[in-house]
Amino acid sequence: MSEFPNRANVVVIGAGIVGSCLVGHLARLGWTDIVLLDKGPLPNPGGSTGHASNFIFPVDHNKEMALLGEQSADQFRDMELSVDCGGIEVARTEERMEELRRRMTSAKAWGIEAHLLSPAEVRELVPFVNDDVILGGFYCPTVSVVDSLETGTTMRREAIETAGCQVFANTEVLDIETAEGAGGVTTVSTVVTDKGTISTEYVVIACGVWSNRLANMAGATIPLVPTVHQMADVGPIDILAETNNEIGYPIVRDMDSFCYERQSAGSMEVGSYGHRAILHHPDEIPSNEEAALSPTEMPFTPDDFDEQMEQAIELMDMLGEAEIRYAINGLLSLTPDSMPCLGETTEVRNLWSAAAVWVKEGPGMAQVVAEWMTYGYPRVIDVHGADIARFYEGERSDEHIWSRADESFIKTYGIVHPQEQWGGRRNIDVGPYFSRQQDLDATFFQARTWERPQWFGSNADLVERYGLEERPVEWDNRWWSPITVGEHLNLRENCGLVDLSAFQIYELEGPGAVAFADRLAVNKIDVAVGRSIYTPWLTPDGGFHSDLTMMRMGEDRVRIVTGVFDGGRDEFWVRKYMPTDGSVTFRNITRQVTTLGLWGPNAPAVLGQLTDQDLSQDGSSYGSIIPIQLDCGGNKVDASLFRISYVGDTGWEVYTDWGNGPVLWDAVMAAGADLGVRPTGGGVYGSSGRLEKGYRLMGAELESEYNPLEAGLARPKVKAADFIGKEAYLAAREQGDPEVQMSVLTVEDQTDSHGRRRFMQGGNEPILTPDGNRIVDSHGRASRVTSAGFGPSVGKHLLMAYLPRELAVPGTDLQVMYMNDLYPVKVASTGAVFDADDTRMKS
Amino acid sequence: MRILVCVKRVPAPGSRINVSDDGQAVDTAHLGFTTSPHEECAVEEAVQIAEKHDGEVTVLTLGPAEAEEQLRYAASVGAHKLLLIPITGVDWDPQRTASALTTAISDIEAADGTFDLVLFGNESADAGGFQVGIRVAHALERPVVNGIKGIDLADGTASARREIDGGFEVYEVPMPAVLGIKEGINLPRYPTMKGRLASKKAEVSATAVEAVAGGQARVRLHRPLEQVSETVILGTGPEAAPAVVDLLEELGVLS
Repeated sequence: MSEFPNRANVVVIGAGIVGSCLVGHLARLGWTDIVLLDKGPLPNPGGSTGHASNFIFPVDHNKEMALLGEQSADQFRDMELSVDCGGIEVARTEERMEELRRRMTSAKAWGIEAHLLSPAEVRELVPFVNDDVILGGFYCPTVSVVDSLETGTTMRREAIETAGCQVFANTEVLDIETAEGAGGVTTVSTVVTDKGTISTEYVVIACGVWSNRLANMAGATIPLVPTVHQMADVGPIDILAETNNEIGYPIVRDMDSFCYERQSAGSMEVGSYGHRAILHHPDEIPSNEEAALSPTEMPFTPDDFDEQMEQAIELMDMLGEAEIRYAINGLLSLTPDSMPCLGETTEVRNLWSAAAVWVKEGPGMAQVVAEWMTYGYPRVIDVHGADIARFYEGERSDEHIWSRADESFIKTYGIVHPQEQWGGRRNIDVGPYFSRQQDLDATFFQARTWERPQWFGSNADLVERYGLEERPVEWDNRWWSPITVGEHLNLRENCGLVDLSAFQIYELEGPGAVAFADRLAVNKIDVAVGRSIYTPWLTPDGGFHSDLTMMRMGEDRVRIVTGVFDGGRDEFWVRKYMPTDGSVTFRNITRQVTTLGLWGPNAPAVLGQLTDQDLSQDGSSYGSIIPIQLDCGGNKVDASLFRISYVGDTGWEVYTDWGNGPVLWDAVMAAGADLGVRPTGGGVYGSSGRLEKGYRLMGAELESEYNPLEAGLARPKVKAADFIGKEAYLAAREQGDPEVQMSVLTVEDQTDSHGRRRFMQGGNEPILTPDGNRIVDSHGRASRVTSAGFGPSVGKHLLMAYLPRELAVPGTDLQVMYMNDLYPVKVASTGAVFDADDTRMKS
Repeated sequence: MRILVCVKRVPAPGSRINVSDDGQAVDTAHLGFTTSPHEECAVEEAVQIAEKHDGEVTVLTLGPAEAEEQLRYAASVGAHKLLLIPITGVDWDPQRTASALTTAISDIEAADGTFDLVLFGNESADAGGFQVGIRVAHALERPVVNGIKGIDLADGTASARREIDGGFEVYEVPMPAVLGIKEGINLPRYPTMKGRLASKKAEVSATAVEAVAGGQARVRLHRPLEQVSETVILGTGPEAAPAVVDLLEELGVLS
């Protein structure tokens, strides 16, 4: 054994599936001086990897989870530590059958072989299933079972042999220390263990359920909570033993009882996600010495399992006579939004998180983190949904984490609507108009911690005025209201007032502010004071990190306005790249500045009642920001008028001090009373208005796998100043026309196989050729729906998708799959389908 | 054939056992609970005897309300009747426990008839007092043998075997009798899933029994100092051979 080092380049804490794969991937990418620590013994240090069920169902509606699951499955296969046993999700209810059809759609999107089975066909594959209690199954032949502990050993061995990685088991980390780095940035410096102290450049926490405790040592947070998943091994069972195989039958997921049955040699492992949420504080987890089994195999609480047991016997009668030989309350990690925590922690420079990762994504996510540390952003796939920087302060408290985990545990096998809202921990952040909006019977959607009105019950009369209807299928109607269509049409006809308080607003100030802003942005920020710049921010590889608006507010002052879903990541990106010479200061003014959007043909007339300012394009030109004083019922309100539109009609974003919000709201509503102004929700702003204009949304159309040329957001020229991703961007431009182009498609016939009109949700539904084949580019990127919504002003359901250039031609006929049915679609535009020349906004 | 098994709810610890701050109990914050292993074997033995002799197994425990979990576990592996003598606070001392059990057994027997066999575990897994079974037998004026690893029944007599160096001692005791069962007498079955579900519906009768404290009181539990094991790497590859030889000589393995 090597001597305990006092220096390292990178210390990885945790030798489960994630930490072990991470050192292997770091070694592949050329890292040296790697130290891997674990407080437990090897090969099973006692974390969640040791009791994992080790199977991978590759189909997931979420792109990151599906593609990284596939990526992981392939890595296990490459190591020959994986067996394709197949797997079946069975349905006991019609609602679940519909979910299985949705899964067929996602399988098609990701190119994973899958079949819908009748109950008899399920029984053919798994003869001990009681086909009387099921309506059908979703069969995926490439479901695999892996050896996660041996994979860890293999990856560690590779890191040891190729990069001299030093591995120390039975070594407990007692502290992670930080020091003040360049520019006063808190930077990780030292790992203190019971074997000695290591000074290091980088630390990665891959400690599974203990990760937040380790992060806290350094003053950082990794928001996750150890959560129980119950599991029992029952046997012996003859029919299983007769296979003479660790896994001879497909794994069965009994989705409606939230259980799975997975053969383990002569016995069956019955696992449950159907019990009450049982959460633990990390301090409640015993040490390796204190634990009766392992620390994460906590004492079984049988009362919680009984209902699942009854249902398991119902599905597989033979289980009734099988003996319960091993049963645990196994711990795994849940986060506030059920996605992993990957990337550099926001609080401590060079302290990284590779946590809340299950075995099924372990190797792929380890690769993501290794690439991120190496290249500045992952290459294998965009991971904005797993980026730990996505969490706001309000999402990092135990109260929040526990509430979300409590609510989401049962959704592990649940049927989760793409728009599904949380029940608990609401109203964490609200705009200054919140009580007024409540009075107007607003339905709020929560964007991270921020409440945003999606539509207003007070506008119900618009449904009648415009002759609108509910959607015929409940799923399409869920988390939706025809009022939203009414608000859209009213905005186009009259005027809509949109609460944009959830905008995340930052300011850079100082002699280096403009130059730094230019370093972040593709487009030129060094423009005249009072001008705004819509711009992408790129990753070092030239893909999208962000798209947002920057405003030259003064000679040395630049404002950044970004969406609420991206604020955490964007703020972190700014702080990460900010000069350390003191030439720029950063301020988050989100809670000091509120924004109202006022759009529609009557918007100038409404706003004109509050000011004498020339509101024509001469006095307030498109893209300009002008300071103004508004007369709000006798109150003089200082504001900035930013003439812009994300919905396609003329109008402004009005910025003012938070405290002025209520009087401004009241004044606009009063001024617009006879001009048809209506409070208007996110259903118009974020969906229908945006889609008609073909505006791209970060995290949907815009991801790091795509560049501005492909997104149709490249300008004719590239600015002289350097910016992050410039080299890659220039290289992409030199290649000429992009391989794919973002396009808007119209659904030509929304009728499903039952004769009902359906509405795709924008959940990665695959775009297919007229022959029903997937469309995949040379990088392996499949054409899929990135956003979808009804366009009331064009009378069509609209879809956005990247298409190969030869298909991204208006008039091209293609198909979309939704709930396993095919629908004809037509390419409409690579830009807007409504008011394509922007006459309404710019005249 | 009527058989009674007395069991105790005990913590299921790992390799390190923590003691509560006041030194009066094992710290069970991280622990599950189980039935003492000897008693698990006693339940299994009782169930096997009952299966063979068409008997009935009653399981009795004195403990906190949560000890119902151990009673139901016994039901899940085949016990028929479940009785709880509920207590609160710290464990009762062996005399007091034995006294309460004696009272309870006498009451049951007065109502339903004598138990042919009363089985205890050889000793409890936590306190290890080796007393309660013997005290109960004495109070009931019945023969008792401890350390039992085999039972044969014939004509009102129980042949009870126990291990000694190089063989067995066999005691023939007239029933009713009390036997202290030792782990290894059988391999206790696990509950089946159906057994577990059925045990949920089993009735647990709880009857409070008063008994006076005995002379034995717990002063304080101490956790022994942890034995620190040291690993010395003698070397790697062929170069390590001389050091290995030296060590083996030192240990007297080689001479």
